[in-house]
Amino acid sequence: MSEPFEPKIVAFVCTYCTYAGADLAGTSRLKYAPNVRIVRLPCTGRISPMFILKALQKGADSVLVSGCHPGDCHFTSGNYHARRRWTVFRALLSFTGIPEERIRFSWISAAEGAKFAELINEITDDTRKLGPFTQYQELQKVIETQSSY
Amino acid sequence: MALFAPVPETLSTQGFRMAKIGVFVCHCGENIASKVDTGNLVKALSDHPGVEICNEYKYFCSDPGQETVKRAIRENNLTGVVVAACSPRMHETTFRKACAEAGLNPYMLELANIREQCSWVHSDKDQATEKAIEITRSLVEKVKRNNELKPISVPVTRRALVIGGGIAGIQAALDIAGAGREVILVEREPSIGGHMSQLSETFPTLDCSQCILTPRMVEAIQHPNITVLTYSEVEEVDGYIGNFKVKVRKKARYVDMSKCTGCGDCIQKCPVKKIPSEFECGLGNRTAIYTPFAQAVPNVPVIDKNRCTYFKNGKCKICQKTCQIENCIDFEMQDTFEEFEIGAIVVATGFQIQDTSVYGEYGYGKYKDVITGLHFERLASASGPTAGKILRPSDGKEPETVVFIQCAGSRDPSKGVKYCSKICCMYTAKHAMLFAHKHHDGNSKIFYMDIRAAGKGYDEFTRRAIEEDEAEYLRGRVSKVFEENGKLIVRGVDTLLGKPVEVAADMVVLATAIVPQPDAKEFAKKIGIGYDEYGFYNEAHLKLRPVETATAGIYLCGACQSPKDIPDSVAQASATAAKVLGLFSREQLEREPVVAAVGEATCAGCWGCVSACPYNAIEQKEIRDRNGNLVKEVASVNPGLCQGCGTCVTFCRSNSIDLAGFTEKQIFAEVMAL
Repeated sequence: MSEPFEPKIVAFVCTYCTYAGADLAGTSRLKYAPNVRIVRLPCTGRISPMFILKALQKGADSVLVSGCHPGDCHFTSGNYHARRRWTVFRALLSFTGIPEERIRFSWISAAEGAKFAELINEITDDTRKLGPFTQYQELQKVIETQSSY
Repeated sequence: MALFAPVPETLSTQGFRMAKIGVFVCHCGENIASKVDTGNLVKALSDHPGVEICNEYKYFCSDPGQETVKRAIRENNLTGVVVAACSPRMHETTFRKACAEAGLNPYMLELANIREQCSWVHSDKDQATEKAIEITRSLVEKVKRNNELKPISVPVTRRALVIGGGIAGIQAALDIAGAGREVILVEREPSIGGHMSQLSETFPTLDCSQCILTPRMVEAIQHPNITVLTYSEVEEVDGYIGNFKVKVRKKARYVDMSKCTGCGDCIQKCPVKKIPSEFECGLGNRTAIYTPFAQAVPNVPVIDKNRCTYFKNGKCKICQKTCQIENCIDFEMQDTFEEFEIGAIVVATGFQIQDTSVYGEYGYGKYKDVITGLHFERLASASGPTAGKILRPSDGKEPETVVFIQCAGSRDPSKGVKYCSKICCMYTAKHAMLFAHKHHDGNSKIFYMDIRAAGKGYDEFTRRAIEEDEAEYLRGRVSKVFEENGKLIVRGVDTLLGKPVEVAADMVVLATAIVPQPDAKEFAKKIGIGYDEYGFYNEAHLKLRPVETATAGIYLCGACQSPKDIPDSVAQASATAAKVLGLFSREQLEREPVVAAVGEATCAGCWGCVSACPYNAIEQKEIRDRNGNLVKEVASVNPGLCQGCGTCVTFCRSNSIDLAGFTEKQIFAEVMAL
């Protein structure tokens, strides 16, 4: 490869805390790595593990899931459901063939623009070290070539 | 280099050949255009399948900008719009309105956030442009799958519930009732009035607290639109904005409210006389049948079941024999429950003072003459146990020197609370003034950290305490209070002189911290509002929505939200009334249609969603055939209760629930286009 590896990161965030935190990073003009793409959802409770798998399959090298801090969820308890779901999902990761460090889970409030910027930089650097995540994409290619539809 | 692969042709066109999407790229002056090559963005999106028209403009949020969008919708019969501009938190409403005005369903719009989350945070123009293209493209894919949604209309019950009958609750109730709406005012104590009824005189005007409060209490109970329920507690709150169902427990008073004349004969004759009065903070006594204070509203006594001789031994009933009204005192009375339909709830549950016995070094609880500020209020009150004379609780003598210790709990992360209790600087200055006015030869010395006297007339007030009433302020903390030769020795430090000091005092008054009610957190959970690390209730936005909670239809006022003085509590109470009346000005309420819906064909009735829903919005629904036989039971979402978090969607094992506005189809399309 002639060009240096630029990781692709997909972030699934809730609209009330982390999305607002990312907006705050913007209004504060904090600079961070441009490798992240944000998918806005009402609440982390809405985030299905299937979204994460789909993102990895479609070319993401890392996935971030981020919502309101425990106790601060706009919807009272959606983030607790997300946390429980993550605990179970993490236990299944080795089975799915995804290294755990490809997925990050964090709490970022609407006031933590700086934390958002730092986290994105950190994930970008870490992912750059990990290298591209190709296993799933290759698998996808195999499926696509073999299936008739 | 492309970070993300372009969308395969098959995906974006399959089933969406009719999509006619308009993409509008905003420059936001230079804010976006300086970091994103908008020309490239327009070019990339113009070629994207399904995009009918793609324009750029300096300010799409301006009137001519919006006109451009509207004209494009009309002329091209657009089926969806993506505005690549600022955050949807900024201008989503603006463009939804524009869409609606042009005849397009307002929910067929998405905002691609290429300002806050792109141009403002990245410095490399190529990378930012590429990111902007991908963000916009993925939202084009989403908007193709958007459904036309209609705002949900719910009826509004124009009756308010006010929880807490202190000054904040009374003010909110009076304001709402004054505008012609019904109010249910619930207070758990036997009388309304709250902490304000315990106070002597109030800063910064030194008018007597009861003299200004009791007319308000009487006005509240006599108001035709207000139902005052004292000695009652809110048991259950169900429902949602405009449509709450509230169950109130009316505790057994053992005195018939409708018959009692308030003559007080029963109180006079009650043989159990030595019960420390809660209202007097233990400085005075009350009987087993009692009203908390002389001006209680309603002036109807209650029987303290745990102290009453009859309830303990089965004998006595002297009060009943004394009472001249037949069947007024009824020992068989039970708690009763009443349900109310409520449109809006005002929470005004107030505060308590911190238990100062955690400060062993101050000797509270060990020395009778170490008291709290609230004790001092009762001593200084004309209706108090000493009839307004400031006397030592230990021997009833007039104190010569009184030491006040400020921040006895506040601003102390180690033992007390981190925050400033806000009112103590002012009431301590007031105490020193009252002491000087009542006892001309007395000395008052005040240990303080800072004097925080921000407020109308407040700084002048503390200056008056120092300059006219000779209160001596010592800047520093107290390390120990101990007894020596009948005096309380207060040992501390004067940090301005840099010297240790010892003061021989006759009485020590602690400015204790204001903390939430002991059951504040449980109550918050019961009614479904948030609270902070201490248990003070959370407002929706500290600056811009200070009296609303995150739960629509529930409002906050008074010290349950944070420590507050009377002027602030009253102002906040009136603000909640304005919010409630704004809500009540409409018969129907429109809300965002972002709610979940169940596919009944596939729902297996596992009720996983029921357990996941934070709002109890999912019910069980029976499906019957035309003969009335039960076919199956499925989940059913009440769109009035659903707040649209989507937790149930992810929980659903059979993929039967979806969330309008954030459907599985929409999100997968968005992810796949990234």
